[in-house]
Amino acid sequence: MTDSKYFTTTKKGEIFELKAELNSDKKEKKKEAVKKVIASMTVGKDVSALFPDVVNCMQTDNLELKKLVYLYLMNYAKSQPDMAIMAVNTFVKDCEDPNPLIRALAVRTMGCIRVDKITEYLCEPLRKCLKDEDPYVRKTAAVCVAKLHDINAQLVEDQGFLDTLKDLISDSNPMVVANAVAALSEIAESHPSSNLLDLNPQSINKLLTALNECTEWGQIFILDCLANYTPKDDREAQSICERVTPRLSHANSAVVLSAVKVLMKFMEMLSKDLDYYGTLLKKLAPPLVTLLSAEPELQYVALRNINLIVQKRPEILKHEMKVFFVKYNDPIYVKLEKLDIMIRLASQANIAQVLAELKEYATEVDVDFVRKAVRAIGRCAIKVEQSAERCVSTLLDLIQTKVNYVVQEAIVVIKDIFRKYPNKYESVIATLCENLDSLDEPEARAAMIWIVGEYAERIDNADELLESFLEGFHDESTQVQLQLLTAIVKLFLKKPTETQELVQQVLSLATQDSDNPDLRDRGYIYWRLLSTDPVAAKEVVLAEKPLISEETDLIEPTLLDELICYIGTLASVYHKPPSAFVEGGRGVVHKSLPPRTASSESTESPETAPAGAPPGEQPDVIPAQGDLLGDLLNLDLGPPVSGPPLATTSVQMGAVDLLGGGLDSLVCPGPLWIGGPNFVAPPAAAVPASLGAPIGSGLSDLFDLTSGVGTLSGSYVAPKAVWLPAMKAKGLEISGTFTRQVGSISMDLQLTNKALQVMTDFAIQFNRNSFGLAPAAPLQVHAPLSPNQTVEISLPLNTVGSVMKMEPLNNLQVAVKNNIDVFYFSTLYPLHILFVEDGKMDRQMFLATWKDIPNENEAQFQIRDCPLNAEAVSSKLQSSNIFTIAKRNVEGQDMLYQSLKLTNGIWVLAELRIQPGNPSFTVRLSLKCRAPEVSQHVYQAYETILKN
Amino acid sequence: MIGGLFIYNHKGEVLISRVYRDDIGSQIADSALFSSSSLRHSPVDAFRVNVIHARQQVRSPVTNIARTSFFHVKRSNIWLAAVTKQNVNAAMVFEFLYKMCDVMAAYFGKISEENIKNNFVLIYELLDEILDFGYPQNSETGALKTFITQQGIKSQTKEEQSQITSQVTGQIGWRREGIKYRRNELFLDVLESVNLLMSPQGQVLSAHVSGRVVMKSYLSGMPECKFGMNDKIVIEKQGKGTADETSKSGKQSIAIDDCTFHQCVRLSKFDSERSISFIPPDGEFELMRYRTTKDIILPFRVIPLVREVGRTKLEVKVVIKSNFKPSLLAQKIEVRIPTPLNTSGVQVICMKGKAKYKASENAIVWKIKRMAGMKESQISAEIELLPTNDKKKWARPPISMNFEVPFAPSGLKVRYLKVFEPKLNYSDHDVIKWVRYIGRSGIYETRC
Repeated sequence: MTDSKYFTTTKKGEIFELKAELNSDKKEKKKEAVKKVIASMTVGKDVSALFPDVVNCMQTDNLELKKLVYLYLMNYAKSQPDMAIMAVNTFVKDCEDPNPLIRALAVRTMGCIRVDKITEYLCEPLRKCLKDEDPYVRKTAAVCVAKLHDINAQLVEDQGFLDTLKDLISDSNPMVVANAVAALSEIAESHPSSNLLDLNPQSINKLLTALNECTEWGQIFILDCLANYTPKDDREAQSICERVTPRLSHANSAVVLSAVKVLMKFMEMLSKDLDYYGTLLKKLAPPLVTLLSAEPELQYVALRNINLIVQKRPEILKHEMKVFFVKYNDPIYVKLEKLDIMIRLASQANIAQVLAELKEYATEVDVDFVRKAVRAIGRCAIKVEQSAERCVSTLLDLIQTKVNYVVQEAIVVIKDIFRKYPNKYESVIATLCENLDSLDEPEARAAMIWIVGEYAERIDNADELLESFLEGFHDESTQVQLQLLTAIVKLFLKKPTETQELVQQVLSLATQDSDNPDLRDRGYIYWRLLSTDPVAAKEVVLAEKPLISEETDLIEPTLLDELICYIGTLASVYHKPPSAFVEGGRGVVHKSLPPRTASSESTESPETAPAGAPPGEQPDVIPAQGDLLGDLLNLDLGPPVSGPPLATTSVQMGAVDLLGGGLDSLVCPGPLWIGGPNFVAPPAAAVPASLGAPIGSGLSDLFDLTSGVGTLSGSYVAPKAVWLPAMKAKGLEISGTFTRQVGSISMDLQLTNKALQVMTDFAIQFNRNSFGLAPAAPLQVHAPLSPNQTVEISLPLNTVGSVMKMEPLNNLQVAVKNNIDVFYFSTLYPLHILFVEDGKMDRQMFLATWKDIPNENEAQFQIRDCPLNAEAVSSKLQSSNIFTIAKRNVEGQDMLYQSLKLTNGIWVLAELRIQPGNPSFTVRLSLKCRAPEVSQHVYQAYETILKN
Repeated sequence: MIGGLFIYNHKGEVLISRVYRDDIGSQIADSALFSSSSLRHSPVDAFRVNVIHARQQVRSPVTNIARTSFFHVKRSNIWLAAVTKQNVNAAMVFEFLYKMCDVMAAYFGKISEENIKNNFVLIYELLDEILDFGYPQNSETGALKTFITQQGIKSQTKEEQSQITSQVTGQIGWRREGIKYRRNELFLDVLESVNLLMSPQGQVLSAHVSGRVVMKSYLSGMPECKFGMNDKIVIEKQGKGTADETSKSGKQSIAIDDCTFHQCVRLSKFDSERSISFIPPDGEFELMRYRTTKDIILPFRVIPLVREVGRTKLEVKVVIKSNFKPSLLAQKIEVRIPTPLNTSGVQVICMKGKAKYKASENAIVWKIKRMAGMKESQISAEIELLPTNDKKKWARPPISMNFEVPFAPSGLKVRYLKVFEPKLNYSDHDVIKWVRYIGRSGIYETRC
């Protein structure tokens, strides 16, 4: 009985001993030995050397021994593919065994042995097992098809297993149906275009019947599959909903959540006037609340989902505030999520209770939780106007506790309250100023400085306060510096006589002594404004700020709709679409809610709209800065993927930022310094139009620098962007871009040595990537790079390197070595460097190909603000190897038909629709390609080329 | 779907590792230049380094490390982790992990390092059966025990084999045919946990009962059961004919906010007729869970009084009142009064039971063995504090209470449980039935 003894053998020569035991004649001894082998395998020892000996034990009547040997095989077959063939015979024989348990075991295990050679032998037994008389064997074989598809998709198609699998959906046994659905759903995910599942009212009916009879897990498979179906009208949607609602009473939370997903999705199609719609809303609330009495891990999953549901349909849970009150012993992750939902549900009706709770939470132990609770009080003030006064006094009470982080958090939220209700609560400023010294976090300091600047005329010693911050200007973080600069300029505009010296000082600190371009640019803009036109300066700097929205932190509506389709899954836990964390093509198909049927749209009346947030007016959501960053950086916590997307976006934004972003922050101190979640960036349109000109000319010297770079002939070349900042690479700064000229691709690099020592021995290497990009020659840096020196190198590239699909497709991971260390960065290359010169397709060929590519592969895009006519577009694209094959004029629109070819031979066909009179200069682009995943990137290339 | 499953001990050593899919094991970077530290780890190591050995308290049961998602649950010192690279159904993964714990517990008792090591072959066998390519399969212990045993495989006859397979895959996967008892007997336990959060002024902030009906059935054949309770909706529906009865029984009926059922219950029937009918598994199982929030009987009321006397002394007085029929007895009563971290000494006086200051738990624990209904008792304590210059005030955690009472605080009553087995010759009257009500404290807190 005590198998634990197998874990303790650590002697030397153990392998030899095991070998002897495995070859023993005695059955018991053999079994003992295999157990020891498995135990070693579990703790991570390499016992692959025993492969032949273990496989020899396979021919046995003892089922327990057989299972152990199989377990070993599954682990090591891949490392010894030739030896694994030895096992095939036994498998094939076992698939014919009279005992169904053995037949199933054999087919199950064979599927797990991921050796290509074995798959050929697997086909016949699998075919038999799919039609086995015993349901247990059939349900195992159904999953095996998915396994085989994962190893060799082509083989599965060729052998017709997909059809057999489809037949199993009509099987008499519910578990066989469930497993077949699961297998088909998985296979369908990797073939988004194929109509594998072929859901129609008949097959849906079969699934709904099986739903009542299969295991809890099978119900989940079926419900998840149902959620992908789009009913043809509201009547069908209702009848499916009626048959799914009983699942809401299932003990298994996953069944409940998957049922909720189906209902949430199909509800979109139901008219709000229907009695049934109201009934359904009422039925959804209790099971969601019940999920909160599950184990804490499930509570967490449920809460993350409820967070989505509350945003989509606030009416469902609006009366259930109390159940989200935090319990003292809840794990921290549950507490934080509950708090989030409490704020979302806060309304005038329950605000008193909510505030009392929040105040209680602000005295707890966990720092993160306390901060969030304080922040929540501020958000209540912004959301429910009647409660603002009470919230402010609660916050003041909390400031009196003098607990450092509570004070800082309170100041940050009070700043938001000031923005929402200007000139109402200034009486508290004095109290805030008392705590100036204790503020050590940038966000709190920046908030305090903003308050001082904004109300400078009412604070007698505003100049002294700001001056005190100025002393350590260079040690402050950027957001504080920017804020201080703006605040002092505001102060100067309000009290010009006393503060001239101060403003001079801050402007020179910002422009002369700082290396931060944002700070410098903002400094220069202020300087020029103040010196050329103080009246305009006043209009810009002291402009009235747009109101901040009540609902903050909302998920952007299209993402929310997508996430609703993923209720219960990881995507709903992360609040990210699957493409953000799933590698490769799997599960990256975008899902969207079904459109509401036309009839219901017209009958919608204001009375039926719920009080909370009428669905007609989706709140304008601008994601908080933190969210944007989160998306760019992806979910990944692993270090290597941290930088890449940022590097390229800075290229696109760099130029715009000076005028757009920079000015925004002048008009109203917005996105540059507020990192907090409850701030909504003001629209850029607030800039008075007349101001554009002088600033533009004043800054032209700055722009001249960038516009002169690059662009000789050939494809469009983006300006160089910093790929590897010096901070991350011990002083080596690398910036670069990609070019394509007459058929050759190169990577233009600029290496700058910002360290104090000489750098030598440079080398470069790329990781495998989607198009096999690789350096065609070694990195040649002829002389050692001395400090402060910069060299420009053009590194020729070819596309014959090894290929691995990357996410995103055009991601390139690069390693650069020098005498100091090895550094890694990744960057995104524009796809047009891969457009080859002979990418012009024959007209006939084009027509045939266009028809041949299935419509699912067509992707539609819009390019806005492109004021070019058809000729200009065509010639511009031609220089980047996008060839116009035909041109037509249809109903006043110019249609261009174009083709291009990628280095790996993929053809992309395009239809470009240009409407000359269109005021927004929108160009519509349809792309067709056999590899639809490149479309997005081709579109980006189009946009880049056309806009530059 | 689930890509792999690992079990670790508290040190982070792997006890069980079962990989279902290759994607989780693949290394991201293979050239020597790219081998940065966190990616060289296999997923098994990544979880150990980033979660088990993490310095911080666990901030989420789902962790994403290098594009791989880890779901974990902990049972005493043992960590169970499911790993995936795909967008799996997260709720299902956790349900599966719990289920796996249940299955293991049903086979070898407590989930401990020793038990896992002792049964590792069995665990692998179970994992092979209940998770295929990451898809959960039938995991009902009743069915599993028919063909996976700790004593090795018994040789089965052909009929037995097909009986096993049809049970595992069948509509009634939780019960096998041909069960026979000399005495047909069933036990119903209504187990409730009553949760309360009360303000210091005695205002109920939130209160709810979460209840379970646990059934132990020792019945022959394939009995068809029907369970009835004093559910308001049912009673009102039935009472429609005779207005008299409505008023009479209406008083005792309760409003159930929501309920969930074991998979043996026919949900569509409950949805349409609100009747609870099922063929039970053999032995013990949880028939249903329910939740109520209206008209809850709160068995105890706690009245706290905390007074700060200067900077170094606290006076605490707590009164508890029992609020149920005097003929009933509450048991295992425990009141936990938190004390500040800088407590140096405590003097307690209580009228009933025993009270002790437990420095390690920062609390005064007051225990009373038994207490009848409609009584009250009191404790007073003087807490000496060490002077500190800590600016932060003491958070005053709530006073919590534990107890057990012999009734259902929600007011739920079992009206009937009828058994029909047409094929065998025993009737509903021959079945011996036992019903028991136990109310326990869930999170029963009063802020002070």
